[in-house]
Amino acid sequence: MEETAHEAVGLTFHPLDQFQLSPLFGAGGADYNPWFFSLTNATLWMAISVLGIFLLFVTATRSRSIIPTRGQSVAELIYGFIRKMVDDVAGHDAGRFFPLILTLFLFILFTNFFGLLPMSFTATSHIAVTAVLGFGVFIFVTVLGFVLNGKKFLGLFWMTDAPLFLRPIIAVIELISYFVRPVSHSIRLAGNVMAGHTVIKVFAGFAQVAAISPFAILGVAAIYGIEILVAAIQAYVFTILTCVYLKDALHPGH
Amino acid sequence: MEGNIGELGSAIGAGLAAIGSGLAAVGVGNVAANYLAGALRNPSAAASQTATLFIGLAFAEALGIFAFLVALLLLFV
Repeated sequence: MEETAHEAVGLTFHPLDQFQLSPLFGAGGADYNPWFFSLTNATLWMAISVLGIFLLFVTATRSRSIIPTRGQSVAELIYGFIRKMVDDVAGHDAGRFFPLILTLFLFILFTNFFGLLPMSFTATSHIAVTAVLGFGVFIFVTVLGFVLNGKKFLGLFWMTDAPLFLRPIIAVIELISYFVRPVSHSIRLAGNVMAGHTVIKVFAGFAQVAAISPFAILGVAAIYGIEILVAAIQAYVFTILTCVYLKDALHPGH
Repeated sequence: MEGNIGELGSAIGAGLAAIGSGLAAVGVGNVAANYLAGALRNPSAAASQTATLFIGLAFAEALGIFAFLVALLLLFV
């Protein structure tokens, strides 16, 4: 079916080829071997983004100078931004979970931005990667809610300020919306990143028709600009929703 | 005119799913427009509500992404 799709559209490459996982060492794929293990390009680019975070937050802030260098002021800017967001959204006593939230934000931000480099690989475009982050947050927040509040955490589903006959209905709706959270949380990030990258590649595919190639290049440039915005906004949205869920676990009554 | 009726169906379904993406765009525009209207009436309160704005945008947009995902699943899986 894919072959016919290629011929029909006239693309010499497929827009979704960029999300192909490939092992860095050895040839996997040919015959299925469950014991085959290799680092893939996803692992490589996640490692590169961790290295980038390390360079920015450890090496650039090493001097701890009063008058910050460029790298140090970028790091301080990000730190202050996330610190303020945690205080505003999750409440002041969420400060002890600030390292977790800053880590999540930086990892997603750096993976998104490194994924925008030409010929690179975007690890956050894979639901396998974002689902680990999303379900990790979900399980952490649920366990934390029960540990901190005990049975009172179930008050999140049993609304005592609603009329009694409505409460079971609301409880069912709240339960469903609670368990859909990790799914939407992870698919939102992966879907946004994947959609944007696919659109770039579709516009790039138009460039092989000589008559419209200047417009194709303009289109790629414009979409690329939007993608830079989306990369930052999606990292922000992921962390802000983590803060919202964390607030539910800390104060289930509100 | 020969072809697989299943492919025809999945192509039509993917096109219908694209309507969902467009409707999500309406929703996102609605959130942003109402935020802007509120912010212009009371600019001093606007800065404190940007977090709420982004949460609303994210929820509206997620459903459009779901529709897009359905289209991709129909076409390529």
